[in-house]
Amino acid sequence: MPAKVRIPTPLQHLTQNLGLVEAGGATVKEVLADLEERYPGFHERLYDENGALRRFVNIYVNDEDIRFLQGEDTPLSDGDEVSIIPAIAGG
Amino acid sequence: MPQLSEEQIRRYSRHILLPEVGGKGQRKILEAKVLLVGAGGLGSPCGLYLAAAGVGTIGVVDSDLVELSNLQRQVLHFTHDLDRPKALSAKETMEALNPDVKIICYQQRLTSANIMGVIRDYDIVVDGSDNFPTRYLVNDACFIARKPLCHAGIFRFDGQVITLIPGEGPCYRCLYPEPPPPGLVPSCQEAGILGVVAGVIGVIQATEVLKMILGKGEPLVGRLLTYNALDMEFREVPVKRDPNCPLCGENPTVTELIDYEQFCALRA
Repeated sequence: MPAKVRIPTPLQHLTQNLGLVEAGGATVKEVLADLEERYPGFHERLYDENGALRRFVNIYVNDEDIRFLQGEDTPLSDGDEVSIIPAIAGG
Repeated sequence: MPQLSEEQIRRYSRHILLPEVGGKGQRKILEAKVLLVGAGGLGSPCGLYLAAAGVGTIGVVDSDLVELSNLQRQVLHFTHDLDRPKALSAKETMEALNPDVKIICYQQRLTSANIMGVIRDYDIVVDGSDNFPTRYLVNDACFIARKPLCHAGIFRFDGQVITLIPGEGPCYRCLYPEPPPPGLVPSCQEAGILGVVAGVIGVIQATEVLKMILGKGEPLVGRLLTYNALDMEFREVPVKRDPNCPLCGENPTVTELIDYEQFCALRA
């Protein structure tokens, strides 16, 4: 059962302007890897050169920040929604 | 606190009618000192409403000049203000709207050297700047000076708002520990912004400020409000204080103010 992934506006050029896509996986890490397979370009935008999630992008599972769950190893269940919320600076 | 004049009672009558405001609340608003960082897309609607509400002292920090491309959203400035300093143009517009309001202009960029002196005299700070180095500087300075900060950002059709009260909730670094390196995240200048999005988000910032002045309602503390104009959808995610926060966590690594542009320039 694929997870729903909410794509933020700054990254929607990677998903043909879709704000909500599906990706499969049992953990956040797997879903993000599947997202990269389906829509190449996510990995370099979400991860830094050391392979860690960038510190100005947050990943939420059902509105809980994964940094306060089990990070990328946070398990996903049917119907879970993953949201990517980057910092935005425009004013 | 001084009594309201007859003219003030008429001007603010729709506030005074609200039990949550009343004459006492309106006097609090007139006594309040609020600093706007930026008189652009966010600072303009926020400043207009705060001036209309009668916030007694409003500081405006902006070093830019009014450009034609600003006028699609920056409603403090008019066509006749082109090429004039935004801080001065903002002052004139707000003073014309409400003579009760005293506007103090800071025609300068905030840096680690000057920010503490600027924010010192204010009760509440509103971040309407347009770049990450200023946003992190403002967050860090407000945490150190124990000033409530209403933070917001906008991008294309999206907006984000959160209110950061030192000691009560998370700071901006609890949410996003470090700014992106230069060039990785496009600015409004490069990516565009639907003008009205700035209005929606800037007025939410003004709402947060007024609630804090009045001590009423539930501020956006520990809650990031996001807005998308195309879907016309507001969402909210909880934001916790991060014990590992580099600024307000248990073992802070950010112990002095950082000028990120210089830092990045040195590394490049």
